[in-house]
Amino acid sequence: MVEADRFHTARPKTWCPGCGNHQILEVLKETLARLDYHPHQVLLVSGIGQAAKTSQYIRTNTFNVLHGRTLPVATGAKLVNPRLKVLALGGDGDGYAEGGNHIIHAARRNVEVTYMIHNNQIYGLTKGQLSPTTDLGSPTTSYHTPSSTRPLNPLRFLLGIGASFVARGFAGSREQLGDILEKALKHRGFACIDILQPCVVFNRVNTSKWYRERVYDVNEEGHSPDDLAGAFRLAGEWGERIGTGIFYAEERETLNDALLGRDAPPLVERKPEPRDVAPLMKEYL
Amino acid sequence: MKQDYTFLIGGEAGQGLQTIGAVLAKALARQGLHIFAYQDYHSRVRGGHNFYQVRAASFPVGSHLDEVTMLVALDEETIKIHGHRVGEGGVVLYDSEEMPSQEGLANSLPVPLKELGKTYGGQGVMGNSAAAGAVWQLLGGEPAALDETLRDTFSGKGDKVAEANVKAARGGMEYAKKHFQSTCPCRLERLLSPPRMLLTGNDAVALGALAAGCQFIGAYPMSPASSVFTTMGRQVGRLPLVFEQAEDEISAIHMALGAAFAGVRSMVATSGGGFALMVEGLSLAGCSETPLVLFLGQRPGPATGLATRTEQGDLLFALHAGHGEFPRAVLAPGNAGEAFWLTVKAFNLAEKYQVPVFVLSDQYLADAAYTVEPFGLDRVLVDRGEILAEKEFGPGYRRHRLTESGISPRAFPGRGEGTVATSGNEHDEEGYPTEKADLRRKMTEKRLGKARFLAAAIAPPSFYGPQNPQKVLLTWGSGLGACREAAEHLNAGGEKVGVVHMTELWPFPAADVELALAGAEEVIAVEMNATGQLGRLLRQETGIKPKAAILKYDGRAMNGAYVVKELARGGVNPW
Ligand SMILES: Cc1ncc(C[n+]2csc(CCOP(=O)(O)OP(=O)(O)O)c2C)c(N)n1
Ligand code: SF4
Repeated sequence: MVEADRFHTARPKTWCPGCGNHQILEVLKETLARLDYHPHQVLLVSGIGQAAKTSQYIRTNTFNVLHGRTLPVATGAKLVNPRLKVLALGGDGDGYAEGGNHIIHAARRNVEVTYMIHNNQIYGLTKGQLSPTTDLGSPTTSYHTPSSTRPLNPLRFLLGIGASFVARGFAGSREQLGDILEKALKHRGFACIDILQPCVVFNRVNTSKWYRERVYDVNEEGHSPDDLAGAFRLAGEWGERIGTGIFYAEERETLNDALLGRDAPPLVERKPEPRDVAPLMKEYL
Repeated sequence: MKQDYTFLIGGEAGQGLQTIGAVLAKALARQGLHIFAYQDYHSRVRGGHNFYQVRAASFPVGSHLDEVTMLVALDEETIKIHGHRVGEGGVVLYDSEEMPSQEGLANSLPVPLKELGKTYGGQGVMGNSAAAGAVWQLLGGEPAALDETLRDTFSGKGDKVAEANVKAARGGMEYAKKHFQSTCPCRLERLLSPPRMLLTGNDAVALGALAAGCQFIGAYPMSPASSVFTTMGRQVGRLPLVFEQAEDEISAIHMALGAAFAGVRSMVATSGGGFALMVEGLSLAGCSETPLVLFLGQRPGPATGLATRTEQGDLLFALHAGHGEFPRAVLAPGNAGEAFWLTVKAFNLAEKYQVPVFVLSDQYLADAAYTVEPFGLDRVLVDRGEILAEKEFGPGYRRHRLTESGISPRAFPGRGEGTVATSGNEHDEEGYPTEKADLRRKMTEKRLGKARFLAAAIAPPSFYGPQNPQKVLLTWGSGLGACREAAEHLNAGGEKVGVVHMTELWPFPAADVELALAGAEEVIAVEMNATGQLGRLLRQETGIKPKAAILKYDGRAMNGAYVVKELARGGVNPW
């Protein structure tokens, strides 16, 4: 392991033992270190929920925002300081419910942000309520009856809205998750990773064992990330087999390229001083 | 010679009345006159009755008059609706191709606009310039002066189009000279004035934000705020800033917060409905002590209300919006000049005290055009408050360090070796979530404690009128023009009426307001809303209860005559 320590913090974790978030956190630290990032170069925008607590347990710049609002904050920061490695993270409720609209438009903009959705198919922090990804028939604390609402298919959603990098990882497959995250961090554009994250307390259906028995690597089985039709097909699987890996990746113009020009000097580096609006005032004379 | 003329150009949306109005306003401003021009339009792109009203005077003006000196009717509806407003000897110029002869009207001039447009400019639409030319002729304006304004107005469309419009205008002049038999009550007299800009309230806010070094604006389109971001957006590339149209106002404010956290001056622009969506972000700004300027262009609510009309109904909303307790500032300019300077001030307050600051406007001020001398840019100061130098910003940095003043020096991610953390959860000094009771109390006191210093930076209200007035009209924001006009009118008749105008409303400058109102026998709150919000605030903060209120909430701006009339009736009591 390469100096993952540089991201270490002493804050005591409040996650349950066995929670998938522990593994995701370690993978995040390792991968950032492997790519030789330093804490001050990274901005982690986190939402609200168990997943979002990740930003408290890793030393980086961080803005812990409101429930569902990670992507707009990350977008604003990236626009004015493209030198920052910007990540956004939160749970499935944070992302697909409260923040759903923002994902669509982050994908459209192709803002260069790595977005990690820790998907435990349940609301952890608020104790077991229905999530947009809760399986049909799973018990939740929201209703007295098992879930009767069809869940969102995150990968088909992400592919459908045109995210330029779409992947699925599993907290229990650390090495593969590290590889995916590395590629996501290197991707010039909006990179989404839906991460299957066991919640040992509130999700007794989709357990670590349940996932492990089903996950396989789509890329190992020959899926190429430039195959969009194949990605859609594989994203439809949710049962006996659940694909993980990089479903889709394409290079295209990013938001910063489009609005400010590729390699434009960061706005934060421009001296803060009164600007000369005299030429503009002339237009009103 | 005292000049005070009002031109009203009316017609359907899409008929080009804006062009005529804007050309006349600019040409008259260049003749050294003071201008107040505003548009009254429906929330639709075609059709509906719309008008553009230009007041040109030899003295400063800040609101509109009811009496019209020259009515330019592009459709018959305009005569039906506004005909009665034409004053003694006033002129009605109408498009004879659009309506039957109006022979019954005194001093009327039928003009075949499309025909003139075609004959002189080559196209029927040039009839608008012909109309401007006819008006100019009746005024006795120097033809070359109108030519020049037309050339500037149409320069973006190429020389050919510009020259065709000039020719059409000349055609209109010829026509009026030949066919208008009586005399026009307005004689344009050129005044030797310093050059003045013709600027809407929104133009002034945009200029102020740009001058103050704003580098990020996030918005979702909404009348009457949109022209702030379109005006600023045109400068992207020339000035170091970026504009992004968000998917909704929730996103807009959070983008702006992300940009501010990363280290630039940042703002949003919206109206009531959009601001309602931004409210959670406002609270996040308060908790994370992220500086932000919010331009709030009010329009009548509730809900979608009247999209293109005016009201001052969101003062208390701006003041109280956001869950939890945190400090903020609310500034409300009364005209374009104040809009520029208060926007500059808003950025300084926001950054120095690390709080959200409102620039509260309304549709009347947002869209009305005022003549203003170019701003003295050397007086624009950028005060970003305490920011750590890159060298000082290392490990161990505490974004929310508890200090005497409650203000913790800022540092920006990636701009030094340290890291910055902040949170919308209650946090410790480093910026990480905490639930400790003691820290919670200290952080609350730290945030709220900043209000004391913020309050010291708030300017007292302005006072206009005689010493020891018997009555004081207490108003805020765009109420300035109407109140001053009313007071001047009444004082000319021997009364003693003063105006106390509040532009900096929060933190409420209670002592200054008490002083300004001291001695007045009667305080009358004058506001464009139904509940007398400033009156309420005054009572809450000072215990002073205004004697009455003059209110208006039909979506149409009040003017001096309205205030005079309502004052004579004794006003109302909404409290
Ligand atoms: C605006 C708002 N609504 C509701 C909440 C309460 N809340 C906090 S976290 C959460 C959902 C948590 O689920 P998820 O986002 O999937 O994250 P997890 O805890 O499972 O990691 C909710 C509803 C909130 N903090 N803010
Ligand atoms: S409740 Fe679930 S998501 Fe939350 S820490 Fe425990 S295992 Fe993890």
